[in-house]
Amino acid sequence: MTEPMSSPDGAVRSIRVVLPQHLRALAKVGTEVTLHVGAPVTLRAVLDVLEARYPMLCGTIRDHVSQQRRPFLRFFACEEDLSHDSPDAPLPEPVVNGNEPLLIIGAIAGGFR
Amino acid sequence: MSKVRVLVGTHKGAFILSSDGKRKNWEISGPFFAGWEIYHMKGSPVDPNRIFVSQTSGWFGQIIQRSDDGGKTWTVPGGEKVPTPGPEPPAPSNKFVYDTSAETGAPLTTHQWYDGTQHPWEFKRVWHLEPSLTDAETVYAGVEDAALFRSTNGGTSWHEFAGLRGHGTGPKWQPGAGGMCLHTVILDPVDPGRIFIAISAAGAFRTDDGGKSWKPINKGLRSQYIPDPTAEVGHCVHHIAMSPKKPGVLFMQKHWDVMRSDDAGDNWHEVSGNLPTDFGFAIDVHAHEPETLYVVPIKSDSEHFPMDGKLRVYRSRSGGNEWEELSKGLPEKDCYVNVLRDAMAVDKLDDCGIYFGTTGGQVYCSADSGDTWAPIARDLPAVFSVEVQTLP
Repeated sequence: MTEPMSSPDGAVRSIRVVLPQHLRALAKVGTEVTLHVGAPVTLRAVLDVLEARYPMLCGTIRDHVSQQRRPFLRFFACEEDLSHDSPDAPLPEPVVNGNEPLLIIGAIAGGFR
Repeated sequence: MSKVRVLVGTHKGAFILSSDGKRKNWEISGPFFAGWEIYHMKGSPVDPNRIFVSQTSGWFGQIIQRSDDGGKTWTVPGGEKVPTPGPEPPAPSNKFVYDTSAETGAPLTTHQWYDGTQHPWEFKRVWHLEPSLTDAETVYAGVEDAALFRSTNGGTSWHEFAGLRGHGTGPKWQPGAGGMCLHTVILDPVDPGRIFIAISAAGAFRTDDGGKSWKPINKGLRSQYIPDPTAEVGHCVHHIAMSPKKPGVLFMQKHWDVMRSDDAGDNWHEVSGNLPTDFGFAIDVHAHEPETLYVVPIKSDSEHFPMDGKLRVYRSRSGGNEWEELSKGLPEKDCYVNVLRDAMAVDKLDDCGIYFGTTGGQVYCSADSGDTWAPIARDLPAVFSVEVQTLP
C-alpha cells in the first residue's frame, strides 16, 4: 500500500485518475489526481497507491476486506468499461502512458430510496 | 448566557443550528458533507467541541467524520492525506469488521433473513454514535447489520463487542423494514459497566460487564407480528430513552406500544395509556424531570404520518399512561411527515428545551418543556437525527 517512487526496472508511471464528485470532496482534491505507479500498472496497483496517498478513500471504492469493487461504482477508460476485468489485468496503454485518465464513476442509480 | 447547538443529520448532509439560551433566533450552518446521508451526529459530553458524525452513501459506503472545534472543521480520523506514504497502511476509521478472532470473537453466526433463511452478517452503515460520558477518545457505534463497536482513539479504529452478536440468539434476529440495525446505545451514568442497546428487529439487550456478555431484556414486551408474541427476542424496538437522573428507569417506543421498565429492562409494562395511537419512533425524557417523557404518535406502521394530518407531541408528566397533547405552534392540518427514532432530543437549560426533526425537513423547538413550539429550520432535507448540546 505504499506509493513507489521507482520500480526495479525504473518504470514508474504517472497515472491520471478522475474521481467522482463526492470522493473529490472527501479527499479535498480537484477533478483529477496524478499518481506515481510502478509497473505493471493494473487497477489494483492504482487503487493501492490512491488509498495510500488519500487514506480517507479507503473502503469507499472497494471493500476493506474483500477488496471487491463497491457495487455502484464503475471503472472506465478509453471508452471501455473495465469494471468486470480482473484487478490484476494491465490497464490500457493510453492510461499507462498518461494520455487518458482512469475514470472512477458513480453509477446512475438515483432516487430517494 | 448558555448556548445551544443542535446537530441535525439529514438525507443529504449535516446542519448545525445555533442559538443563545433564549432559543428564539437561530443560525444555520451547513450543509456539511453535502449529498451524503448523515445517519447521526453527536457531541462528546467530555469535550463539547468534539463531534462525531456517521456519513454514509449507497455508492461509497461508510465514513466517520470528527470535528474538534465545534463543527467548524472536520477530519476523517486517521484518514488525513499522506504527503509521503509510509510502509504502514493508514488507520481506516470506516473499517467496521466483525470480530472473528479466536481470542475475543464469538463464532460468527448467521441471522434470519426476510425469507426465513439464514444470512451472513454484512456491515452496511453506522446508525448511531454514542460518545463516552467520561473519555473524549472513546465512542460507541451501533451498526447495521446489528453489532456494537467501540473506538478508544477518537474514532480512528473500531473493535466489535462480539459477545452481543454471538449471544446465542443471533440466528433468530431479523431485519426490520429499515434493515437489521443497532440504533440505540445508552450508557449508564452511574455504572460504567452497564450499557443498553436496541436492535430492530431483535429487541433490547444489556451488558453489566462493559460489553463482554449481554442478556436480552424484553420480558413484558408483546408483539403480535411475531409467531410467539412474548418471545425472548424478535421484537421491533424503535427507540429507548433514559433520564440520567433515574438510570434504572427506561422508556421504550416499540413498533406498537410505549413501554416502561423500572428495573433496568428486566421487566417492562405498557404505559401507552390514552395516546391516540401508540405507534411511533421517537421518545425522550425531560432533562430535569425523570417522569416527564415525550413521544410523537404516528398513525400506523403502514401510514407513517401523524393522525388526521395534525402534528402533535404528547407529554406525560407521570411516567406514562396519562398523556397530554402538545400542539401550540405545530401544524394543525395537512401534515404528513414522520419523526424518526433518533430525531428527538432535549437540552439541559433550566427551562428544558425539546427538539425534533421531521422527514419533511422541519426542525421544531420548544423552549418551555413542550408547551409551545416553533420551527427553527423549515426546509432541510429529510431529517434523520437530532441531537442537542448545551454549552456554557
